This record gives sequence, structure tokens and C-alpha cells, in this order.
Amino acid sequence: MSDIILQIDGREVAAREGMTVLEAAQKAGISIPTLCYHEKLEPYGACRLCIVEVEERGRTRLVVSCLYPVEKDLVVRTRSEKIDRIRKMILELLMAHAPDSFELQELAQEYGADRDRFEKEPSFCIHCGLCVRYCAEVKKKNAVGFVDRGTRREISFIPEIAAKECGSCGECFPLCPTEALQAAFVLTKAFSFPTPSMKPAAAE
Amino acid sequence: MDKERVDQIIDKHDCEASSLIQILLDIQSENHWLPKEALERVAERLQVPMTRVQHIATFYKAFSLVPKGRHEIHICMGTACHVRGAQRVLDAVQDLTGIKPGETDLDLKFSLETVNCLGCCALGPVMEIDGKTHGKMAPAEVANVLKNYE
Amino acid sequence: MARINSITELEEVRKSILSSRDSKKPCITICSGSGCHASGSREVALSIEAEIVKQGLSDKVDVKKTGCHGFCERGPIVVIHPEGICYFQVKPGDVPEIVSQTVIEKKVIERLLYTDPNTNEKIVYESEIPFYKNQERLVFGFNSSIDPKSIDDYLAIGGYSALAKVLSQMSPEQVLEEVKRSNLRGRGGGGFPTGRKWGESRNAPGDIKYVIVNADEGDPGAYMDRSLLEGNPHSILEGLTIGAYAVGSHEGYIYVRQEYPLAVENVSIAIKQAEEYGLLGENILGSGFDFTVKVHQGAGAFVCGESSALMTALEGKAGEPRPKYIHTAVKGVWDRPSVLNNVETWANVPLIINKGSDWFTQFGTERSKGTKIFSLVGKITNTGLVEVPMGMSLRDIIYKIGGGIPGGKKFKAVQTGGPSGGCLPEELLDLPVGFDELTQAGSMMGSGGMIVMDEDTCMVDVARYFLEFLTDESCGKCVPCREGIRQMLKILTNITKGKGKEGDIELLEELAEVAREASLCALGRSAPNPFLSTLKYFRDEYEAHVKEKRCPALSCKELIAFYIDPAKCQACGTCARKCPSEAIIGGKNLIHMVDQTKCTKCGTCFEVCPPRFRAVKKISGEPVPDPIPEEARIIVRGGKKNE
Repeated sequence: MSDIILQIDGREVAAREGMTVLEAAQKAGISIPTLCYHEKLEPYGACRLCIVEVEERGRTRLVVSCLYPVEKDLVVRTRSEKIDRIRKMILELLMAHAPDSFELQELAQEYGADRDRFEKEPSFCIHCGLCVRYCAEVKKKNAVGFVDRGTRREISFIPEIAAKECGSCGECFPLCPTEALQAAFVLTKAFSFPTPSMKPAAAE
Repeated sequence: MDKERVDQIIDKHDCEASSLIQILLDIQSENHWLPKEALERVAERLQVPMTRVQHIATFYKAFSLVPKGRHEIHICMGTACHVRGAQRVLDAVQDLTGIKPGETDLDLKFSLETVNCLGCCALGPVMEIDGKTHGKMAPAEVANVLKNYE
Repeated sequence: MARINSITELEEVRKSILSSRDSKKPCITICSGSGCHASGSREVALSIEAEIVKQGLSDKVDVKKTGCHGFCERGPIVVIHPEGICYFQVKPGDVPEIVSQTVIEKKVIERLLYTDPNTNEKIVYESEIPFYKNQERLVFGFNSSIDPKSIDDYLAIGGYSALAKVLSQMSPEQVLEEVKRSNLRGRGGGGFPTGRKWGESRNAPGDIKYVIVNADEGDPGAYMDRSLLEGNPHSILEGLTIGAYAVGSHEGYIYVRQEYPLAVENVSIAIKQAEEYGLLGENILGSGFDFTVKVHQGAGAFVCGESSALMTALEGKAGEPRPKYIHTAVKGVWDRPSVLNNVETWANVPLIINKGSDWFTQFGTERSKGTKIFSLVGKITNTGLVEVPMGMSLRDIIYKIGGGIPGGKKFKAVQTGGPSGGCLPEELLDLPVGFDELTQAGSMMGSGGMIVMDEDTCMVDVARYFLEFLTDESCGKCVPCREGIRQMLKILTNITKGKGKEGDIELLEELAEVAREASLCALGRSAPNPFLSTLKYFRDEYEAHVKEKRCPALSCKELIAFYIDPAKCQACGTCARKCPSEAIIGGKNLIHMVDQTKCTKCGTCFEVCPPRFRAVKKISGEPVPDPIPEEARIIVRGGKKNE
């Protein structure tokens, strides 16, 4: 299969058909920040940190590089004033939830994000979806999923499945950039795991 | 709702995974809420992960995971009703019933929901109770309307 | 009813239906759309049916329950045929008179007629009423003459002749060409060229393709699609079948909001009837073309109106949008080519096939061909659904058809395009409606919702309202929308509560940029539009809220106070009686006073104070005058001594 040649930050990059711009950039050693991307998982396109500017057929627009397919003669810019501004704001919005997250702090330094720009929100979760997607796509256990929508969206463990599976697995825990996953698991275990040692209430 | 009825509803939709939302809608419509056992049965028969059933049951406003009140109050918060003062009608209902949208009172008498446009814009502000439309509502009239419901 | 097996048989059936109908036979039609139902049209219909039986007229007079007529402000609407005499706001008590006087004796009942507010003259015939006269009801007009539950009614007006033409005389490519030539653009808000979308699907690889009707009409204040689907479901089925033929699809879906039970019911009945007649299903009209349609209900999520979210919902999942770097026309439901079009778009297709693209392109403007149905609602005299050729000005729609602003109030803004659109001020009322013109001004035509606002509407609150709506409806997957809109709502709520501070507007603009540029789907990308457009045209209101803690429209509860002008109060006592919080201090012959500590700002006193006094005032941005001591509040009536 012939290579597709595209341009990233002024450099010519060779990629294969079916690759995304992010994969092509990574292959060429060009770094693009990500939060919800993981090489073992289907790209999610939720954190929007990996946005880049693409130019094709005279039109310029912002797209997420983790999902945008490579094309011949595509011109990509991974940094610009606008891109940096947007990444800074995304980080500031997320730091209202998880100001102490190591990953967020690192990126905040690079983009000059202010961790206290917004009032703190009660939930740590930044909705990268790594835990949910890992359990669904890699472990195929679906022990944890999302519930509700919008600002009320949260991760939630299925107690019956988690009680059986999570103890011997735990592979999602290191993926979480914040404390949210641990907290959710601990609470589920404390309050909702089925407890076979308790006898059912005697019938009156 | 018993397991048999749930199974009947599932079979009516040919036990197809893509009909998950339709199945839950039928259960909600008959039972007025979705008991956990019903959700587990649906997940089991349709062979879909419980996380998906849970996500759908909480993502869509039509579903309730807790029993609803005898009377469902829907206040339209569509733009046309909004400019005609729907918020004040909602405030009055909240004051009188003691519940907020999404809640049911302790006697299981009223459940309150906001709806984004019932499509009766000519009658705005609109309050719908048990499917009956009360149009051109004023906050002062809310008490009169609600006292008719036991 | 026997299955129709060929095009010729279809024409024979049509002829026989028509010949069994006498167009001169008296017929009472009663509008039975959801809007009129809410005004009591079901009871009126029952009364009419009962009265016809009672007067022994069952053979001589027909009764027809039709779809929505569009003049929703004046429902229930009854039209007597063949004359076309139109009665408004009919009550069951009016029915015996209508039957005896108008149907039998052909006499007009004056009090039920439309009165022109400018000339005070009474208008008898539906077609002469300005509301209808100034419209071009190409698509919507059929609603008033058919019973949506009767396929024979649809056949009688020429229904399914377009499908017959397509199956017998046109190849799929020819159908595609005709739709392309018509320049039909999507009526759901996107305005994408329909022919081009169909072509993309037709040319996409794969044997299984889908055609979908988007009836998830979620814009608050918009109910055009509902009235079309309720009132003329076969027109959408016919258009969908023609589209399926052109694209090469054999499976169709109609995704309807579950909040529209009558639409779900009527379209399901229509599908059954079409299947019975052989107009849907296998070997349609003997042509060899197979096509089936399934109804899929929504479950209460505005975001499912977005095409990729709708398709995810069709797959039985939570409606989270997907990125559309590859068009859904190529990879849609189950990654198969899927053509999704709005209800109104599909309804236009049979007309284009029957009358030709040359006919169609004579309506509208250069880039916006045809007509558009709008829901004209809010602070407007003639609330209802209107269909006009594109290019008509907003001013004409609002004033000529809409009858202007009621209550002597001044026009302030018109909001178009729903939560993705914006507000346009008086100076821009001469803009023509169309896909591109309103977008350039900072709004968009959208699906057709047109909400009129007057001097009492606070534009900052309008922006807050839409952001509150979107925070509730956002799927929550991507950061710019979930977090950006959340923060914008917080700031705007604070501003409307008098807690705005310097820098708020600039922060709102920054958040708006992130949402616009980086959101995953159109919900997030267009969410800042109401804020940006109200800031552009009503910046003074924002500044008043932030700098002076004043609401110029006297609407934001935390920024207004109700005050009874002692110079005007005549102690009639009405406000004190009606106040739900017992916050009015007064008595006989004692000027009344609002106790600001108890007042909940419900506005009841303001509304009930008799117009001849107009003593209750709303004040904002200034302190409430000090209460006057009781002795000074005694009213001495002329000619009466206070004992």
C-alpha cells in the first residue's frame, strides 16, 4: 500500500491509509497533547485537547486529530494562537474538577493554564472515558459505565459485576488521571456490593 | 410488573438489541417506572451490557428509575412559554407542591417535570397534568388547578 | 380494501374514490391537531357528531376531523364546506347553532367569524383572512382538507401519484437529477442540498442503505413537523419512498419524539394503511421495488435531533453524537449509508416530482428555493404555523401575517433557529428569510421556530434561558460543551441575579470561542449563538445588569421590586386579595404598600391592578422609596367624610 504524504507543522510526513492525523504525528515524533486517547482503545474524541488546524481544498478548520483520517496533501498545524488558547481553556475547565491531577498539571504548565480560574466543582471526574472504554473494549466485562447526561453525567460501577471482576483485575485504575475512579469504586464496594454473608430478613 | 409481561414486551420487539429504547419505553408507559429487575431481564435477554441499559435509562428523560406520583405535572418551558412567564408558573407549582422538577412528593401524589415544548404555543404558559392541558396559566391560578387532584 | 397491484389500478381506485364523493355535499371540518385539542377541539368534534345524528343528517352532512390548520391562536377552528365559511374559537355550545344556521340554512353566525383588527370588518371565508391570504401554503395547505387517518382522503387529493410517476416513468438517477435541479435544501436547520446528500448515499459502497425521517423536532417553540406528521402523514411516507427508490434503500425509519403521541399514532396508522394498499412493503404497485418503514420513538433527549446522535439512538444506544468527518450519508446507522432528512424536506419531494423542479424553483430566492413553514409564537397576535416563500421579510411575516405585537407593546427582537440561533432586532426586520441571509446577521433560519419578543423581554435572560436548556440537553461527552456551557450558564445566571462583575462579559466571550471552535457536535458549536447575538445587538442590557444592577426590561426577579405608587392607588384592594404571599399591606381607604421583605416578585399585583389606576410599578436599578407612614396613606374620598 502506497504511503500518503501530508504536511504537519511544515514537515512532510508519510502515513498509511486508514491512519489518523494523531497516529501519523506520533509516528513522526511530533507531539500532540491528549487525555482521552489510548492506543489500545478506539479513539473517543471527547477531551478535544488534540485539536489541530487542517487545510484542504482551500478551507481551514479545527478538527480532533485522534479521529481525523489522513489525506494526501493535507496541511496540518498542531500549534497556533487559537489552538493554544483553546487548549488552555479546556485545561482550566477541567482543573475546576481535578486541580491536582498530575496529567493536567503537566499540560497546564505548558499552556499557561490557571488552575484556579474557575470555582471548584464537586466531582473529580473529567470524563476521559478511559475506564469505561477499557473495561468494555479490552476486558469486555462492562463493569463500569456512564450514567445520565450533560453536567450530571457520571461513571457508575455495576455492583454485581464489579464485586466479581474488579478485585482480580484493577487494570483501569492506573489509567485514571484523577481520583474519581478510585473514589467511585470504593463507594460502590462500601454501599452496593452484594453481601452474601448477610442473611435475608426473616419473613414476619 | 412481572417478568412475564417484560418478556412479552421484549418478544413484541423481536428481542432485537436495537429496539432497546423502544422496549424500555413500553415498560415505562405501562408501569410508570423502570424497576431494576426489569432492566436486568432486558439486559439478559437482549444480550447487551447492563452499563448500556443503565446509561439509556438515565440518559433519556422519558424514563424514571423510581415510582412516580399519581399525577404527573408537566410545565412547558419552551421559548414561547418562557417569554410569556412560564418560570413564574413553575415557581408557584414548586411552592405549592414542595417538589422540584424531577421529583415526586412523599405522598406519591404529584410528580413534577419540565418539558421543552409541548407544541401548544398559542396557549402559553402551558401546564399539563395527566395529559390534560391547562393553558394561559397564571401563577395565581395554580392553586385552584392543583386542588382538584387527589 | 384490496391491495393495489399496478399504477393503472391506482388510478382506477382514485377515480372511484373521487366519483363516490360529491364536492357539493355539505361537510363540517374541525381542526384536530394537538394545538386545537388543547383548546378543546375533541369536545367540539364530539358535539358536532352528536348533533348531526340528533338532527337526522348523517346521510346529508359529512364530518371530517382534519389536521392542523395553522391559525392556532384562534382554535378550535371549524370550516363549513363547500362554501369555506370559517369559524374560530368554537365551543361545544355553539354547535347546534352552527348546524341549524350555517349548514342547513346557509346563514353566517357573525360572532364566530374572524374580525380584522384594523378595519373591524368580519371576514367569512378562510381564504380571505389576512393570516392565510399572505401565505403560500404549498406543503401545509392540504392539512385542512384531509382526515389524516384516511388514506382515501390522501388519494382523493392526488396522493401517491408522484410515487406512481417515479416507479413507472423515472429511473433512480432521473429522480436524483430532478431533486438536485430543484435545489431543495434540508428544512431541519442544516440547509444541506438534499439532492447532493442523496447522491452521496447512492454512490456510497454497500448494499444496505437507510432513509430516515428526522421527526425529533426539539427546538422549543417549533411544532411545524408535528403538525405535518399529524395532519398529513402520507405525504411524508410518499416522499420517503421516492427517496428510498432514488438512493437504493429498502429500509426506512421514522424517528419521532415520544412527546408527540398523536403524530406517532397517525403515522403508524398511515403505514398500516399504505401497506394494506400495496403502497408500501414488497413489490410496491407491482413495480418490483420493496420498501418497509419502521417507527422508532425518541425518549426525551433534544440532542437526538442531531443526525449522528439520532442514528446512534436507532442502534439502541444513548444518543451521543459522533464526529462527522465522514458524512453519515456514507457511514451512518451501523456504518451503512444513511440519508437523514427532516419531515418538511420529505414532504416537499412529492410536490417536486409531480409539478417539476421548474415549478418549484419559481418560489423563493436564488439560493433558497421553495417555501418554509415557520412556527410564529411568543409575543405575537396571530400565533400559529405559517408557510411562506423564502425571501419574504421578517417584517412581513410578523406584521402582515402575524398581526404584530399584542397589548400595544413594542417589538424588541425575534428569535429564530432555536437554541442554535440568535435574536435579531428591529433594524434587521427587513431581512428576507432564507438559509444564508439570517446566518450572516448572527442568527439562522434553523428549523423554523420564530419567537417574537417585546419590550418586557430581558435579552440577557433569553441568553441565560437557552444556555440552561442546552446544559440540560447536552450529552456531556465533550469538554467544551459540557464544561464550557456550564460555566457560561453560571455567569449569566449571576448576571441576571445582580451578581455580575467586571470581566464577566469577556470571560463569556472566551468560553463562547471554545464551545464554538472545539465542540464535538453542532449542539455545542452553536450553543453560544443566543449569547453572542444578544450581546451584539443588546449590549446595553448586559452592561446595565453588570454595572448598574438594573434590568431595563424590568424582568429579572432579583433586580426588580414591585412598588405601589401612592399617587395612583385607590385602595380597591384587588392586589392584596390576590397576593399569594400576603405581602401587601393595606386596608379600606388606605393606600396599599408592598412589604418588600415578603414579596416573591410573582407579578400578580402588577397584573391585577385595574388599568384605570395602573398603580403598581416595577422599578429596577434604584432603591425602593421609603414606606409612607400609615397616617399619610389615608385616602379621603371626595364628598365623604372619614369618621
